[in-house]
Amino acid sequence: MKSLAELQEIRNRTLNNIIMRKEDGQGVRVVVGMATCGIAAGARPVMSAFVEELAKRNLSNVTVTQMGCIGACRLEPIVEIIAPNEEKVTYVKMTPEKAARVVAEHIVNKQVVTEYTIGAAE
Amino acid sequence: MDMVRAHVLCCGGTGCTSSGCEAIIKEMETQLAANGLEKEIKVIKTGCFGLCALGPVMIVYPEGCFYSRVQAEDVKEIVEEHLLKGRIVKRLLYKETIEEDKIKSLNEVDFYKKQKRIALRNCGVIDPENIDEYIAFDGYKALGKCLTELSPTDVIEEIKKSGLRGRGGGGFPTGLKWQFAAASQNEKKYVCCNADEGDPGAFMDRSILEGDPHAVIEAMAIAGYAIGADQGYVYIRAEYPIAVKRLQIAIDQAKEYGLLGKGIFGTDFNFDLEIRLGAGAFVCGEETALMTSIEGKRGEPRPRPPFPAVKGLWEKPTILNNVETYANIPQIINNGADWFGSMGTEKSKGTKVFALGGKINNTGLVEIPMGTTLREIVEEIGGGIPNGKKFKAAQTGGPSGGCIPAHLMDTPIDYDSLIAIGSMMGSGGLIVMDEDNCMVDIAKFFLEFTVDESCGKCTPCRIGTRRLLELLTKITEGKGTMEDIDKMEELCYSIKESSLCGLGQTAPNPVLSTLRYFRDEYEAHVRDKVCPAGVCKALSKYMIDPEKCKGCSLCARQCPVGAISGEVRSPFVIAQDKCIKCGACMSGCKFGAIYKK
Repeated sequence: MKSLAELQEIRNRTLNNIIMRKEDGQGVRVVVGMATCGIAAGARPVMSAFVEELAKRNLSNVTVTQMGCIGACRLEPIVEIIAPNEEKVTYVKMTPEKAARVVAEHIVNKQVVTEYTIGAAE
Repeated sequence: MDMVRAHVLCCGGTGCTSSGCEAIIKEMETQLAANGLEKEIKVIKTGCFGLCALGPVMIVYPEGCFYSRVQAEDVKEIVEEHLLKGRIVKRLLYKETIEEDKIKSLNEVDFYKKQKRIALRNCGVIDPENIDEYIAFDGYKALGKCLTELSPTDVIEEIKKSGLRGRGGGGFPTGLKWQFAAASQNEKKYVCCNADEGDPGAFMDRSILEGDPHAVIEAMAIAGYAIGADQGYVYIRAEYPIAVKRLQIAIDQAKEYGLLGKGIFGTDFNFDLEIRLGAGAFVCGEETALMTSIEGKRGEPRPRPPFPAVKGLWEKPTILNNVETYANIPQIINNGADWFGSMGTEKSKGTKVFALGGKINNTGLVEIPMGTTLREIVEEIGGGIPNGKKFKAAQTGGPSGGCIPAHLMDTPIDYDSLIAIGSMMGSGGLIVMDEDNCMVDIAKFFLEFTVDESCGKCTPCRIGTRRLLELLTKITEGKGTMEDIDKMEELCYSIKESSLCGLGQTAPNPVLSTLRYFRDEYEAHVRDKVCPAGVCKALSKYMIDPEKCKGCSLCARQCPVGAISGEVRSPFVIAQDKCIKCGACMSGCKFGAIYKK
């Protein structure tokens, strides 16, 4: 270790991996419906797609979690994106391909993909 | 890099290891692989979480679910339900975290609410075998700050200002100790760490080394910079295999990263660290004996002065601090002396870690701000006494300390208040006793320990403690006289005043403090030949209540020495001269007819 900058670099690199264990680590949450209805409609590949896509882009401060059935089973797989201080966005009838687009446009560029949202489907 | 969406933190401390966490971690990895989750879910073995009574424990992030008493059979359910589908396995949650169907944060449950974790801040949070995780939680930042921004004098001033006192029990101001060593002129100096935790029931230092070994390494390097030493030794008992292993891994990683070695952070500061294993002699926790042992000689104390800060290891100026003291140092440097000084009481700053044991619901490791009362620790954090029994006393400071009786439960826990009531802070063992504990027997237990552990170098300790134990034994056997009690007290003071080192000087404390607060129990043993708690075998009697006895003969058949006789369908009798007081008859009786007197 020859400089403080070197230490800082290790710190930043590792912080991405442990952010979810920090109490103040409030980042974007991707919540995938993984109730029976969601799984039957293909939620598992959707969740994997989110995980892979986030990994590819090396995004920190984003967590992927699951939720139960919210009642709109016919619209599964459902994914909600919850960002701090922003309104929750609910995406419906998700596929792995749509997941990639949501990551690129919504999570990275903060542009909601309106055509996939529950509002557009109804 | 793989994106990990959940972390499963399994406690890998000694407590959870003995309740089987290794098998659980293995099963977890197998189950994750079977469900194709091994890439997105990471299993991390951490140090102690503190709630050892509920082990094995695990926390799942990002939800922060706290699973307790997990068995290998439960792992499949956790993986398939929680980790795959996001359905929390409620039946395994620590029940205090569930409130009206919602999950409370762990920081809000009674056990953690009143705690303030500084020395333990990374225990149960990071992977102790991964230096990167320590760095991510601001690790080695304090060392960097010291080497690049502060002069050695600045560092010592900061520690002095913080008011940090030695956590090993003595309570000597740490900054002052460093200042003395810095002032000693010598081309070679040493920094030592006392990890020879020997009090029965204490495991604070072990848990810190198991859960956050880098904090100790970082602090020792800071101490080296402050006093001008380039070599450090950690003296740790060989009975702590997990702690030794993790500390060695941490030292190797720090060397690899250049955080130990030559030219740290591009400065001309060099520091190297080595482990020295102790064979487990209690006396080696005493500073001069510890250093003699590091030198490879028989671990015996020597008279002071000269103090180690002047002539210590290999006759060179040396500082010796306890593990927990070191664990506080990086925090003080990072957050400032004022921040540290804002916690605790006027003369005892910061927090103290206690190993809570004995008759208490939440056995485990707690860290509380100084000045917290014993009542808060026992009733709130500790969750009270099991089986509705009454609190009788708490023993602090192990074999060197004393007991705190129920009427002093509101005493604030700090160095000076504890000494004022005849106990001491000690390294942090806190053993809770209920009405079923005999105080004479407790004093005898601790004295047996010191008699065994006395190194034998000085007469007052070697012979005095043995005579003291003989007097105590006489009393517990019902053969004591009132003069024995007075004789014992006098002997206690002689041992205290004339022993060479801390071991002998404090050995009579358990006797003195029980005599002070529970003299009536001693007198009951001597005068009435009765042990009020029914512990001392020689003074208790098993009797059969003829009213309740149905004459079933079960007790007579269970008695291993044939001391019970009688005719079926009429009351049985115990022959007291034959009875060995094993209690087999009482636990077997279906009618509750046998009682202990």
